Amino acid sequence: MRIAVVRFPGSNCDQDALAAAAASGADAYYVWHRSTDLAGADVVVLPGGFSYGDYLRPGAIARFSPVMRSVAAHAAAGRPLLGICNGFQVLCEAQLLPGALVRNGGLSFVCRPVRLRVETDATPFTARYRVGQELTMPVAHGDGRYVADAATLDALEREDRIVFRYVGGNPNGAMRDIAGITNEGRNVVGLMPHPERASEALLGSSDGAAVFALAAAAAVA
Amino acid sequence: MKFRARVRVMPRASILDPQGQAVAHALGELGFAGVTAVRVGRTLELELEAASAEAARAGALRMCERLLANPVTEDFALDAVEAQP
Repeated sequence: MRIAVVRFPGSNCDQDALAAAAASGADAYYVWHRSTDLAGADVVVLPGGFSYGDYLRPGAIARFSPVMRSVAAHAAAGRPLLGICNGFQVLCEAQLLPGALVRNGGLSFVCRPVRLRVETDATPFTARYRVGQELTMPVAHGDGRYVADAATLDALEREDRIVFRYVGGNPNGAMRDIAGITNEGRNVVGLMPHPERASEALLGSSDGAAVFALAAAAAVA
Repeated sequence: MKFRARVRVMPRASILDPQGQAVAHALGELGFAGVTAVRVGRTLELELEAASAEAARAGALRMCERLLANPVTEDFALDAVEAQP
């Protein structure tokens, strides 16, 4: 299992994502955003951070990085692609996921652990969880309010494409408490919370570790 | 020919604009009565080389659609395309 972690200028959760992927037993490595070679990745992770300083809109400029052509091809081939926080914003800007992430409803940057509920186990990144399972992971974002038009939201619900919801409090005003979604093909997942920052007990929670355990999930399947 | 294009990007009316609400609140606190709503967007000024004003406008329009505005959350207006001396 080869997991590529893409680094944009301004990524700052790349090392954490790499460590979490490596801890799952994967061969994890970085790909610089100027490269178009994903080096045979089975899985691609777009990590959190502030790519291009969030200039214009979070993710708006990163989505045109050369690597994104290869990332889009990887997704189109049905291979797993995960966007965490800024990575989720990049995936929405790239229209690999529907909707958008805008300024938190309360305006403040929110950095604290939140409770999440797993809404579907039918994605590569949630196959190791059970539906309804509650997890604790940190969020750390200023622009995490998921928005989409009503037709898109209805389709996400109807098609079981909401992957995580906030429970016990919505930190950013996201529509329908959405914390993470998947695409029609179910191979692309984006979420605002940080599973890599909850990947071992020493960090306060290991609830996120299974997101990266694709090798184990594939072996079970 | 040189042109300057001004692009106004605004959050779509259907999407809550907490920045605008905060500014409206602050104006009220400062004693400015009668402000019923504020919305915060951004203005971009582009300096362009193009063969004609039409070409400059068409180019700026494509830039808005591709990058400058997010079609999910924002509306844009291409306010002015002016020739520069």
